[in-house]
Amino acid sequence: MQKTYYDPADLKKFGNISDWNEELGAKFFDYYSKVFEEGALTAREKSLIALAVAHTIQCPYCIDAYTGDGLQRGITKEEMMEALHVAGAIRGGASLVHGVQMMNKVNKLDM
Amino acid sequence: MTIKSLHKRESDLAQSKNQLEILSNGIFRNGDLPKFKDKIAETNQFPLKAKPLEILQINVGYMCNQVCKHCHVDAGPDRKEIMTRETMQQCLDVIKNTGAHTLDLTGGAPEMNPNFRWFVEEASKIGVKDFIVRSNLTIIRANKKYHDLPEFFKKHKVHVVSSMPHWTRGKTDKQRGDGVFDSSIKALQELNAVGYGMPGSDLKLDLVYNPSGAFLPGDQASMEKDFKKALLEDFNIHFHNLFAITNLPISRFLEYLIASENYEDYMYNLVEAYNPAAVANVMCTNTLSVSWDGYLYDCDFNQMLELPVNSNVKHISEYNEDLLEGREIVISQHCYGCTAGAGSSCQGSVA
Repeated sequence: MQKTYYDPADLKKFGNISDWNEELGAKFFDYYSKVFEEGALTAREKSLIALAVAHTIQCPYCIDAYTGDGLQRGITKEEMMEALHVAGAIRGGASLVHGVQMMNKVNKLDM
Repeated sequence: MTIKSLHKRESDLAQSKNQLEILSNGIFRNGDLPKFKDKIAETNQFPLKAKPLEILQINVGYMCNQVCKHCHVDAGPDRKEIMTRETMQQCLDVIKNTGAHTLDLTGGAPEMNPNFRWFVEEASKIGVKDFIVRSNLTIIRANKKYHDLPEFFKKHKVHVVSSMPHWTRGKTDKQRGDGVFDSSIKALQELNAVGYGMPGSDLKLDLVYNPSGAFLPGDQASMEKDFKKALLEDFNIHFHNLFAITNLPISRFLEYLIASENYEDYMYNLVEAYNPAAVANVMCTNTLSVSWDGYLYDCDFNQMLELPVNSNVKHISEYNEDLLEGREIVISQHCYGCTAGAGSSCQGSVA
């Protein structure tokens, strides 16, 4: 029995998801590759966004993929870490901004 | 931290046969990955055969003022293999009669060969269309006797090709040694000052980008854009083209891959990125590499692995272009480095 939920080798098999639904798989990968093309944002900027999102959703496959992608694009470790702090700030902020809801509730109920 | 060459350290990897064994064993022996020969056979590209010669690349010696971690030559100050004037004369005799349009001098630091300037002067008289010297940049700043190199290159209309792994100090010095970045920037500014690399200038200055780790180079055109922007904004430096070159798994880069436990993943990456279109344009089919002692190889990498040309003509003294054309290229698993992604050659991407 497999002892872990994640296997790094599975990342290379991502394309296999099309085996059980070719039409939707093809549409997804077509969309995916289009998203990362140069556009109003550079491919480099998109790679950093992907890295930050990968950490937000804590996807080990995505972290593996977009760390490597960043290195290939010449993105420095300082840039990568700054992108992660953006993710961290939004994540932390998302918790703390709900503090206003907590405070509103307390102010309403507390004498 | 200063590192020494594999030869100086008497490392097992200083012996090319040990490198070739590693490249043929393990994942390639047990069939996890296909051997290069079988891979190119899938697209009917085996055997690779030499086309008419276009580029004559001469390695004038393994001595270098730098000891880069990824160096496929295992070059360094402790290497004493230096081309003699006699061998250079034999090369000149060949250059006079060759159909090749490009002459490419490399090393080590070619400028450290005591006969380098004489050789450049003589070779430039012959009038090859493109005359390249691969300069590591820091040599220009290393000693007073090299300070006039930009003027010397200009006088002989040499095309300068220089290594620059990144536009930031941290990544550059990690690969090439402390202080290399600052010294390289100064040298580039001096080359610009005499006209090298300036927009519209005939004095060609190109940069070579090698990844500073166990990953493949990104898209050459995008990297060039990023390099140009950063070097211009930060240091007012101009250059013409960027060549993105993949690190081949030999010599000190192989040592690094093994020590950092990246070897197998790196080989998987190379094989997965295999591109048959790059095979059609690999440099070994239009290039000859001459070693410091005058022997002939299909490429600089084969020279370092001591895999000589598969021909009756083995040495520059017995050079015969007709006999060398059509020879079967000598291959091993390191060749995957030149066929990954957009391909890789001493002139950058090929596909």
